[in-house]
Amino acid sequence: MSEAFIELRHIGKQFLGLRALDDVSLTINKGEIHCLAGENGSGKSTLIKIISGVYQPTEGEIIIEGEKVENLSPIESVNRAIQVIYQDFSLFGNLTVAENLALNTELRAKTKIVSWGRVKKLAREALDRLGVDIDLDAEVESLPTSSKQLVAIARALMSDAKLIIMDEPTTALTGKEVETLFRIVRDIQSRGIAILFVSHKMREMLEISERLTVIRNGVKVAEGSTSDFDEAAVIRHMTGLDIEIEPFRKEKPGPDVMPRLDVQGLTLPGDYENINLQLYPGEIVGLSGLLGSGRTELALSLFGMLTPASGSVKVDGKAIALDSVQDAIAEGIAYVPEDRLSEGLFMTQSIKRNIIATSLDNLAKGGIIDIPRVDRVADETIASMQIATPSAEKMVGELSGGNAQRVVLGRWLLTDAKVLILNGPTVGVDVGSKAEIHRKIRELVEHHGLAVLMISDDVLEVAQNCSRVILMHRGRFVDELEGDAISEDVISEQLKSFT
Amino acid sequence: MKFSLDFRNMVNRDNNILQLIMMTVLIFIIMTALSPDKFLRYYNFESITYLFPELGLLSIAMMIAMLTGGIDLSVVGIANLSGILSGVMFHYLNRELGMEQGVPMVLLGVCLSLGVGLIAGTINGFLITKLNIIPILATLGTGQVFIGLCLVLTGGPAIVGFPDAWAFLGNGKLFGIAVPFLLFLLVAGGIAFLLTRTTLGVNLMLIGSNPRAAIFAGLKKSRMVLYSYMLSGVLASMAGIILSGRTNAAKSDYGTSYLLQAVLISVLGGTNPAGGKGTVAGVSIAVVALMLLSSGFQILRFSNHLIDFIWGAFLLLVIAINAWKNRAR
Repeated sequence: MSEAFIELRHIGKQFLGLRALDDVSLTINKGEIHCLAGENGSGKSTLIKIISGVYQPTEGEIIIEGEKVENLSPIESVNRAIQVIYQDFSLFGNLTVAENLALNTELRAKTKIVSWGRVKKLAREALDRLGVDIDLDAEVESLPTSSKQLVAIARALMSDAKLIIMDEPTTALTGKEVETLFRIVRDIQSRGIAILFVSHKMREMLEISERLTVIRNGVKVAEGSTSDFDEAAVIRHMTGLDIEIEPFRKEKPGPDVMPRLDVQGLTLPGDYENINLQLYPGEIVGLSGLLGSGRTELALSLFGMLTPASGSVKVDGKAIALDSVQDAIAEGIAYVPEDRLSEGLFMTQSIKRNIIATSLDNLAKGGIIDIPRVDRVADETIASMQIATPSAEKMVGELSGGNAQRVVLGRWLLTDAKVLILNGPTVGVDVGSKAEIHRKIRELVEHHGLAVLMISDDVLEVAQNCSRVILMHRGRFVDELEGDAISEDVISEQLKSFT
Repeated sequence: MKFSLDFRNMVNRDNNILQLIMMTVLIFIIMTALSPDKFLRYYNFESITYLFPELGLLSIAMMIAMLTGGIDLSVVGIANLSGILSGVMFHYLNRELGMEQGVPMVLLGVCLSLGVGLIAGTINGFLITKLNIIPILATLGTGQVFIGLCLVLTGGPAIVGFPDAWAFLGNGKLFGIAVPFLLFLLVAGGIAFLLTRTTLGVNLMLIGSNPRAAIFAGLKKSRMVLYSYMLSGVLASMAGIILSGRTNAAKSDYGTSYLLQAVLISVLGGTNPAGGKGTVAGVSIAVVALMLLSSGFQILRFSNHLIDFIWGAFLLLVIAINAWKNRAR
């Protein structure tokens, strides 16, 4: 048995009467890759913040390298060689890669005058240690997410960390980038550095880690060697539920059925080329592709936000012009945007207003809003989308990710939507909530005869919920899978082959 | 039932209004305690009802621009231009065409003023929505242009001698109540209705709280923002009517101190300068609170200069309290 780097014993944390953690013990050994799994709000962020010294535990003790540490502060935590890489990486976007890497060390040197030569040298060494090549003079802001992450990791390594905590490190990465990350993580491990990998993505956790701890509602519910767990078991521990997901299968209808959406030869040079796409009523069609494959641009064009150069679009057999979002909505096209927070929701407004935003004109006469009708419609939508809230007046910003996403989806129930385009329908949503949203989408498809185009980075989501999957690469549709040919592995493999 | 629930909701959700009411009551009590015989005189309150509507309307105009995250720095320019153009028209009609200084002429003047406000607001809205100039620069520029026009029209000195019926709008009494106060109540009620019960109002709130999401939700963002500046312009011109009516004069640099006061009162009244939040009630109470404060200090014979200082300090205090409260949350 290897030696423990840090031991948390019976940690409890209380926030103003709210119990965030209850008797959680966690041991991370030197040089091990340990996974901390849990849904949003399970207490895993609180636990990280206790290890990094941001929060003080109300109960329990922390032992680092055999020594009991009282009042672990953020500085003390860093001095004890613990580094956290948060989701936003905490980099200075307006500084260059070299500056981000070396300035900490350089400022601590107390020489008053910055030696740019040394800055570059330090930075170069840091990147070499990871075996990656990133332009030292590039502004961090201009880098892709994966490179930013590498810079953050390199910076953490510069301080001779013994434990690196990575908070949801794979969220914004493509399949290939995740592989690179894992290679680097294993490389770091081989130098005896421990890694705490915090995530809610099953596959990745099971692939990378040696040991696994699952917490739910602030309590540790499972721990052990990763090889003893499978995906279903982890999900069961995380959610406390048995979630059984049946794949959504539906035969593509025959030639006599009119497609709800019929796209012919749609082209926007530089973004997508010669797109032909038919969506039939009752279908959920997946669209998979890497970031930059043109999938979002295609979706935005169908929603009237990006005018295509050529090609035609028909909804229920009627040719439509897509010059504005209002046109697209009037023709029955609905779009749930990629970024719920910045594109989907009005965070400081009530649930009610968020729901009626798109159908305001229909709920008013002569510009004056029919209040009783709005109240009724909002309550109906909350009920049918099963949004957990005591009142329609509650601010959307107070809802959980899953509930907030239902508000965005529910908005389209009030319009005469025929084609629903979902871009990342469950990003940042809990596993349990995710399944509920998928069920809701299937319901909408069945009851309203909608045709759905689902764009998602979550391969499992696409594999489980789509009756057809289209693969997009460099602006073109390159393959289409149907029925039993659809599987997580096949899609993943295909995506990995795109570089 | 429904109303009481709405009210409770409003106070609960927006405890800013509650805080403002408490502050106003506090000012009232302190001023009464310091000078009970003079402060509590009917005359004092009556004079407030004449004085605050013009600033109140300008503050509401400012609030409307702020709802979408913008600002309207041209309101005082619009107000003065409205008053001056009306004055010029009255002189022309009276002297050149021999028209009587009666109600029809004043109605013409009101139409002209509101028209000026509408056009000025449209220009602002056009610059902001079509040319994508940021509101603070666009309205700063147009405000200068309007004031420049005022100077050209008057050559500097005030235009005086407005018709009696015009003065009545700023000075008169109806059923024993100041006419500007009645006008303010009417307009404020109308705007409150517009903001909470019409598609335009809700659109503005939504656009202000997330302009990008507004586009994805299919809202007609540019058009709504254009309307909001038109509305702001019209309200400013109403303030111009009342101001020139009350003083029976119009000048290019009247009420210039109102501009920044309107910005601060709007914020004090709970308007979020980043957009998405603001109520007529909040702004109105904020104006009244400040009026009570300054009339109280005037009664205590503080120098006028010191009153400006106290206003500024008070506004800063309240904004600091709000910021502190938000931080603590």
